[in-house]
Amino acid sequence: MNILVCLKQTFDTEERIVVENGRVKEDGVKFIINPYDEYAVEEALRLKEEHGGEVTVVSVGPSRFEEAIRTALAMGADEAILADDPALFGDEYTVAKVLAAIIRQRPFDIILAGNQAVDDGSGQVAVRLAEELGIPHISTLTKLVVEGNQVTGYRDAEGDVEVVQATLPVLVTAQQGLNEPRYPSLIGIRKASKKPLTHVTAADLGLNPEEIRPRTKVVDTFLPKPKQAGKILQGDLQEQVRELVQSLRTVDKVIG
Amino acid sequence: MDFTLTAEQSQMRQLVRSFARDVIAPRASEIDRTDRFPRDLIRQMGELGLMGLPIPEAYGGVGADYLSYVLAIEEISYASAAVGVILAVHTSVGTFPILYFGTDAQRQRYLPKLASGEWVAAFALTEPDAGSDAAAIRTRAVRDGDDYVINGNKVFITNASDADLFCVFAVTDTRRGKRGLTAFLVERGTPGLVIGRKLEKMGLNGSGTCELVFEDMRVPAENRLGQEGEGFSIAMRLLDGGRIGIAAQGLGIARAAFDAAHAYVRRRRQFGQEIFQFQGVQFMLADMATKIEAARWLVYHAAVLRQNGQPCTREASMAKLFATDTAMQVTTDAVQLFGGYGYVKEYPVERYMRDAKVTQIYEGTNQIQRMVIARHLPRA
Repeated sequence: MNILVCLKQTFDTEERIVVENGRVKEDGVKFIINPYDEYAVEEALRLKEEHGGEVTVVSVGPSRFEEAIRTALAMGADEAILADDPALFGDEYTVAKVLAAIIRQRPFDIILAGNQAVDDGSGQVAVRLAEELGIPHISTLTKLVVEGNQVTGYRDAEGDVEVVQATLPVLVTAQQGLNEPRYPSLIGIRKASKKPLTHVTAADLGLNPEEIRPRTKVVDTFLPKPKQAGKILQGDLQEQVRELVQSLRTVDKVIG
Repeated sequence: MDFTLTAEQSQMRQLVRSFARDVIAPRASEIDRTDRFPRDLIRQMGELGLMGLPIPEAYGGVGADYLSYVLAIEEISYASAAVGVILAVHTSVGTFPILYFGTDAQRQRYLPKLASGEWVAAFALTEPDAGSDAAAIRTRAVRDGDDYVINGNKVFITNASDADLFCVFAVTDTRRGKRGLTAFLVERGTPGLVIGRKLEKMGLNGSGTCELVFEDMRVPAENRLGQEGEGFSIAMRLLDGGRIGIAAQGLGIARAAFDAAHAYVRRRRQFGQEIFQFQGVQFMLADMATKIEAARWLVYHAAVLRQNGQPCTREASMAKLFATDTAMQVTTDAVQLFGGYGYVKEYPVERYMRDAKVTQIYEGTNQIQRMVIARHLPRA
C-alpha cells in the first residue's frame, strides 16, 4: 500500500504569539509537527503495520520544516519530499496545487492529512488537494478502517457518529481522537538521518508561477483584544435582563 | 569553539525531554514517597531506546554518541533524579564495563538484554569499610575448579533491589593490594547472592539502594570480567564516564529547581508586588542561573572530550565537583525562595534539595574530586 501523508510544521501550541509590523514573529519559537498532521502520520504508520507498504511524507514550506519531517521519519515514515523552493509558497490554493503536482508523479492508494493546521486553521489544503487529484475525501475522522479497497471513516456528528464509506484511492483528514501518536524511538532518530528526503523546486514540478499564484491576500494580522474583567449585574431579575440585553446590543454588538 | 548540538543530538534531547515531562515527571513525587523501584518506567525507557542509548546497534543499543547519552541523563534527572541515577548506573558502570572489557561471549550474552532494558545492571564496588578507598575491599573470591567462590558484603548498591546483573569486585590475591582485585559478572538468582536490606535514605528514593551479601556464592570462571588483578584498573577506567554522568544528573536537578523557583517568584506576591521585583531575589536567581550555565559547559565539555577519546580525568572531576555543588546550592536557594512552601512536600523543591545532597557524595565524594583535580594540575 502506498501511503502519503501531508505534513506542515507549525508553532508549538504552548508558544506565545507575538505580532510585529503585521507579521507573527518566528524568532526563537519552537516548532512542532502540526498536531493534526501528527495524527495523520500515526494513522499512516498503523496502516503500514497492518497492510504493509511505504509511508511517504509530503510537505510544502521553508527548510526549517526538515526538523518536523525528520521527526515523522523517526516515528517510522520511509521517505519524505519537501517543496522548499520559495517560488512554491503561497496560500491554500497554491499549496494544494503544489502538493497535487508532487503527488501526481507517484503512485498512491491513500492520502492522509490533518483536518487543519493549528496556525492558519483554514482547513482547506487537504480537501482542495483531493479536488485537484479528482479523488474522494472523508474529513475529520476519529476512526479509520481499510479493508481491501473499502475505506470506512467514522466522525463525530454533534454527539452521534457518522459513518462514511469510500473506495481507494481516497484522501482522509484526521481529527483529534483518531489515535495517540507514538514517540519516535531514539533508534528511529538515528535511522531517520539516513532516510531519503528529496527537495523539489518549481522547475522539478513543471509549475509556472501564474498557475500557482495565491488567490487570497492577508490584509491584516492582529491579536485578539485582551480579556476584560467580568461584570456582575446587580438589581432585580427584570433589571438585570434589561441591562444584559442592552449591553449585548450596544457594547458587544452581538445582537441587532 | 562550536557549542551547537548536531540535529540528531538536539532531536534526541527533545524526545527525551518530552518523555521525561509527559511520562516520568508525573510519577516523580510518588516514586519519592513510596521508594518503589519504577520497573514499569524502566521498561518504557527501554522501548524508547534509553537503556542502551550509547551501546552499539550490533548489541541492541541505539549507537548514539556519548554527549547524547549525557544529555539524556540530564533531561531524565530534571524530571526525577532517582530515575536519572538508575539510568546512569545501569549504563555508565553497569553496561559499559561489559562493552569495554567483556569477552565476545559476555557481550553477546548480556548487552542485548541490558540495552533493551529487559535487564537492569548494578555496580557493586563499595563496602562498609571501602568507600573512597576502593583498594580496601575485603570481599574474597577464591578459585575452585571452573568457579570462583565469593564471600563478603557490599553496601549502597544503586539498582540492587531490581538489578538482574551485578558487576562485583572482589579480592583474588590478598598479597597484591589493589592489584589483587578482580571483577565478576553475577546474575540475579545466583545461589549465595543475597539482596540485603534496602537502605532508607534522605532522598533519591526509588533507586533501589541495598546491601548485598555473598555467602559462598559460586560464579563460573567464564563470568570473570577481564583478567585476575585487573579489577581496580577496570573500576578506575569507568570512573571518568561515571562522573560525567553524575555531573549531568546534578545539572538536571539544578535546572529543575531553578525553573520551579523562577516560576514561583514571578507568581508569588508580597508587599504589593511579585517578589521577583525585589533585588535580593533577583541577585539570587542571577547567581543560580550563572552557576547552572557554568556547570552545563563543564559537563558538555568533559563529555565531548570523552567522546573524542581525549584524556578527560581532570575535566570529568571538575564537572562532577562543580555541577553537583551547584545542584546543592541551587536547590537550597530554591527552597529559600519558596519560603515556607519550599519546606512542605506539596512542592517539589524540598525533594530536589534532598536528591541533590547525594550527588556530592557518590561516584567519588567532592573531596575526592578535588584530590583528583589537584593531582592532574599541569606542572607549574
